[in-house]
Amino acid sequence: MAHIDLGNELPGIRGPMAYSPETARPLNELAEALLRDDNNTLSRGERELIGTYVSYLNDCFFCQNVHGSLAQHYMECDMSYIDAIKANPAETVLSDKMKALLGIAASVQKGGKSVTTVQIDKARALGATDKEIHDTVLIAAAFCMYNRYVDGLATWAPQDRQFYIDRAPRRAAEGYLDYDLHK
Amino acid sequence: MPHIEVNNDFAGIRGLMAFRPETAEPLAALAEVLLRDNEGLTRAERELIATRVSYLNDCFYCHNSHGELACVYLDGDRDLVDQVRKDYQHADISDKLKALLTIVSKVQQSGKAVQPEDIARAREAGATDKDIHDTVLIAAAFCLYNRYVDGLGATTPTDLSTYAPRARQVAERGYGSHIYSAGQPVR
Repeated sequence: MAHIDLGNELPGIRGPMAYSPETARPLNELAEALLRDDNNTLSRGERELIGTYVSYLNDCFFCQNVHGSLAQHYMECDMSYIDAIKANPAETVLSDKMKALLGIAASVQKGGKSVTTVQIDKARALGATDKEIHDTVLIAAAFCMYNRYVDGLATWAPQDRQFYIDRAPRRAAEGYLDYDLHK
Repeated sequence: MPHIEVNNDFAGIRGLMAFRPETAEPLAALAEVLLRDNEGLTRAERELIATRVSYLNDCFYCHNSHGELACVYLDGDRDLVDQVRKDYQHADISDKLKALLTIVSKVQQSGKAVQPEDIARAREAGATDKDIHDTVLIAAAFCLYNRYVDGLGATTPTDLSTYAPRARQVAERGYGSHIYSAGQPVR
């Protein structure tokens, strides 16, 4: 049971979002700009993967499954590949650039000051642009917020992972803006 | 020097926001709702929560920026702001705010660190569901802002006298786009 009376039975972040539409609006606008806007040289799949990885490091079941399912949908792979990336990106066939960006994301999860110039230089040497580095840091930071919002209020999360996989195509099509929280 | 070339001279989060206005807009809108909403928690309480979590995250730019904002709303009581940063249990603030600041410390560690007894204590001290909601989200949001600022190595002024004029500007005008477009106020 959630720590406060949300007045609805919605899972995960949708509960507090329906409870507080004034804050839901900018939270969703941020997700849309960071994760879904196509004016970006990182693919939607790559950006969802960064969100998934940080949510995994923060041990947020709801977020890592929502965004892991979206990453899997965009990357047209199965969940076992997403799970392998979460467990150890270095041992997967991800590009070296993505591995470097996930390394930066992991540092951000610990604390902003954990990011080193060595990590940044490495990502840049592997082709990452300033905007890609910016977005990686901000996506990782944003999930340090979303994860805490979801778990800090003790929202409930469906335990069947298929629930999330089934919903991913619709979220991919509708986006994070103007979707019906109750559907 | 920031980790990326931001192509502007703005300090702290302002420089990052000017670099990427598409994400700056919702980030500013979120701060506006969370920190300036007059319902429930006061603006001073909201800024104190932001200051405390930024202090715990060791984000110099944010805890000084929001500490100065709190100071504006507290008629210049900088000592109180400093005590909330370092030792809120003994600060001259309400029991409700103390209980909420305990929740803040938990959220800063992790969402799962918040325990039902932390919530119960806040409620006994008079916190409403909305107060608790806003406290959790302000604390979570500053876990974003702090990481954004320090994760990209944003420029951080060390001259503390530069924070007060900016704070007065935000107190007057809110967290709109002027924060990443208007120059440093002289006084």
